[in-house]
Amino acid sequence: MASLISCPHCGSRPKEEFEIKGAALPRPAPDAPQSEWFDHVFLRENPRGRYDEYWHHAAGCRRWLVVTRDTASHEVEACRDAAERVPA
Amino acid sequence: MRYSAFSVFRNALDKHRGWSSAWRFPEPKPHYDIIIVGGGGHGLATAHYLAKEHGITNVAVLEKGYIGSGNVGRNTTIIRSNYLLPGNNPFYELSLKLWEGLEQDLNYNAMVSQRGVLNLYHSDAQQAAYTRRGNGMRLHGVDAEMLDRAQLKTMLPFMDFDNARFPILGGLIQRRGGTVRHDAVAWGYARAADARGVDVIQNCEVTGIRRENGRVVGVETSKGFIGCNKLGLAAAGNSSRVAEMAGLKLPIESHVLQAFVSEGLKPFIDHVVIFGAGHFYVSQSDKGGLVFGGDIDGYNSYAQRGNLAIVEHVAEAGLAMIPALSRIRYLRSWGGVMDMSMDGSPIIDCTPIDNLYLNAGWCYGGFKATPASGFCFAHLLARGEPHSVTRAMRLDRFERGYAIDETGRGAQPNLH
Repeated sequence: MASLISCPHCGSRPKEEFEIKGAALPRPAPDAPQSEWFDHVFLRENPRGRYDEYWHHAAGCRRWLVVTRDTASHEVEACRDAAERVPA
Repeated sequence: MRYSAFSVFRNALDKHRGWSSAWRFPEPKPHYDIIIVGGGGHGLATAHYLAKEHGITNVAVLEKGYIGSGNVGRNTTIIRSNYLLPGNNPFYELSLKLWEGLEQDLNYNAMVSQRGVLNLYHSDAQQAAYTRRGNGMRLHGVDAEMLDRAQLKTMLPFMDFDNARFPILGGLIQRRGGTVRHDAVAWGYARAADARGVDVIQNCEVTGIRRENGRVVGVETSKGFIGCNKLGLAAAGNSSRVAEMAGLKLPIESHVLQAFVSEGLKPFIDHVVIFGAGHFYVSQSDKGGLVFGGDIDGYNSYAQRGNLAIVEHVAEAGLAMIPALSRIRYLRSWGGVMDMSMDGSPIIDCTPIDNLYLNAGWCYGGFKATPASGFCFAHLLARGEPHSVTRAMRLDRFERGYAIDETGRGAQPNLH
C-alpha cells in the first residue's frame, strides 16, 4: 500500500488517516430486480490491478473519497471526492 | 520409500546418501480424469483423498510456483475447531480429527502438537459470548472449557492481567487445538498423493479454461493445453482470477494478511494464545521463535506483502498482552493473499458450469481446514454431491439468504 493518499481537500496525507470501505460500485435503482442487487451487494470483480474504492478521510476532512488504486503494486493513481460527478 | 525409525537407521549406514526424492517431477499428460488448479495444502489434500478414498488416481495438481510457496507456507500454523455456527463447526471438527490421524495417514512427520488454543476475555459481555461459543461447541460434541483468572495466572503468569483497558478475566480453551508444521503438511500431502500416482506439476500456471458446449474440456497452461473430465479450483487468493477464466464472478475479495516470527527464545509460551480484543495471537514454534499475527491490512491486495502500520499495531497489541515481549526482536514478516468471502465462511461447491467445482473463500482460516477441505472437495469431485459437513458451504447461499456469518458483520469482507 502506498503510504500516502492525495486527498483533494487536504493534500498528500499518510494513509493511516484513511479508512477503507471497499469497492466503489454504481448503486442499482431501488426497484432494480433482486439479481441486480445481489450482484451489487455480494459479487466482486476483485481485479488484480486498477480498482476504484471508497475511502473515508476519517482523521482529516472526514469526506468520502474515491481512490483509484492498483491492488498488485499498491500505487495510488487518482483520488477524488465521492460527491464529485464523473462523466460515465 | 516408507519413512520410519528403521529407515533412518538403515540410511545412516550409507551416510544418508540413499534417500530418494519425496515426489516425482512429471511432465503433464495430455488428459486427466480430474485436474486441480492450485498446489497448496487444499489442492494437494484433495488429490490425496481422491486417490485414497475414491480410488481416482488419474489426477493432476497444477501449481504455478512450487509446492508450499503460497498460503500453506504463509500462515501461523494453528489448528482448532472452536466455531459456533452449525454450518461451520462439524466441518472444522472433521478437520481436527483428520489432523489427529494425519501423520499415520501420510507416513510423514507434520509435528502436530495439540497444545491448546486459548481465547482471552476482558469483560462480562465477552465472557458471555465465549460461554455461548463454548456451549455451542460442546453441543456439537467438541471439547471446550472456560478458564478463570486464577487458572490463567498459573498457566501464563507473564500476561498483563491488570491492563487498564483490557484486564484479563479468563478465557475459553480448546485443548485439542494446537499447531502443525505447515511446510510438512504440503510436503506430506504431495508425497502421499504422488505415491498413489497423482501428478503434482509445479511451475505450471493456468492461463485459461477451455470450454466446449458449456462444459470444461481442459485448461491452457504455461506447459500447453491439458484436457480433463472435471476441473477443481483451489486457488485461494487467486480464486477470482481463475474463476474469471470460466466467466464466473465470485463473492470474494483478495486481502493481504501478515504474520511474523521473532528470534528464537527458550520455552516461554506453551499454548496458542489469542488476544482477540487487541487483534493479536501468538504461539511458540518448536525452534523457539514466537509466531504471531493480527488482522488483515484491510485493503484489497494481491501483493504478498503488507504495510508497516500493521507491523507496528501487532507489536503494540502484543506488548499490551505480554509486556515482556518489549525486548524481543522481529526476525521475519511475510504476507499472504486471503480469499475473503462475503460472510467469512468458505465455499466448497459445484458451480453453474457442469463439471467445474470450486473450493474458495477461506478467509484467514484456510490452514486449519486443509485436511477436511481436501476430504470434502475430493468427495464432491468424485461423487458430484457435497459431503454432509459442507452442505451449508454453498456458492449460492448469499443469494438464498443462508450466509454463515460467524461474526455477524454482513457483506464486508475486510471485517470478517
